[in-house]
Amino acid sequence: MSADSSRGTPPGSPAAPTDPQSSRWYDADAGPVVRPYAMTRGRTSSASRHRLDLIAIVVPEPAADDPGRDQTLSPEHVEIVELCSNMPQSIAELASGLDLPVGVVRVLVGDLVEDELVHVTRPVPPAELPDVNILREVINGLRAL
Amino acid sequence: MAFGRSSRSRRPVEPVTLKILVAGGFGVGKTTLVGAVSEIRPLRTEERLSEAGRPVDDTAGVESKTTTTVAMDFGRITLREDLVLYLFGTPGQDRFWFLWDELAQGALGAVVLADTRRLEDCFAAVDYFEQRAIPFTVAVNCFEGADRFPTETVQAALDLDPEVPVLICDARDRSSVRDVLVAVVEHALARADRFREPATT
Repeated sequence: MSADSSRGTPPGSPAAPTDPQSSRWYDADAGPVVRPYAMTRGRTSSASRHRLDLIAIVVPEPAADDPGRDQTLSPEHVEIVELCSNMPQSIAELASGLDLPVGVVRVLVGDLVEDELVHVTRPVPPAELPDVNILREVINGLRAL
Repeated sequence: MAFGRSSRSRRPVEPVTLKILVAGGFGVGKTTLVGAVSEIRPLRTEERLSEAGRPVDDTAGVESKTTTTVAMDFGRITLREDLVLYLFGTPGQDRFWFLWDELAQGALGAVVLADTRRLEDCFAAVDYFEQRAIPFTVAVNCFEGADRFPTETVQAALDLDPEVPVLICDARDRSSVRDVLVAVVEHALARADRFREPATT
């Protein structure tokens, strides 16, 4: 591939990165068109009180049905709300479905929580043991698979 | 219309979510195991580490590559409409262990997948879960061509507590993986029961 031409050049050599012919990367190879944290306007954490767990479920509020309620939402915000309206999804699923880093999804969901368009369930807090009855239900559920 | 829906007839169910981690060395079958029981095709969630990986990653020849992608496999098992189990495959490379801490938070338990031909690959995972008192099960993935050992031998080789279940499994087989997951939850339940007993009597 075209990237080969720069191979063998000592790292940091000024010739490699400045030569426009040396690397022709197209489509996905070229990386995202918008850098991930540009979607969050550079924010790496959200205003919400607690860090959103990977398995926290994002559930749309009734206000999310309201058309054009908030014109300041980015396409990614709207996409998250749409995905969750079909079926409430975890932070991890959203990150995977949108092909965005988990950190970015956390910030975007945090915005939506602030706007009261969605709320987020809290999984079992780490300090607490999961309820014994829930564990029994998990075992029964698994056996029934 | 902003979100393509004008009304909602009923509130969506908010399920209780739980997670089990799947750890083990590189190429031991974590992705296969998750895929064998997950109802969604194995999804990968990715963390881009633009700064953290830079001093470590050798980007010679690809200097314009400024991000490192860490992938975590994950799968979902909907046990009931209101009870969902997530499986997370932990990143294999040691330097991404800081991601484990987040994954391990609130985890119900863990599976340490082992290959008897390179048992040492799972030492780190065993140590990790022992230190954090996360209930785990060792599942020996039976690879073709690998010698079969009795589970007692594996237990001794890993110097495990006698209570830690060791199972032989086939990571490709749905029912085999299901048995491993049941063993993890049963182990967690036994531990939870023991924790509670002194308090209630």
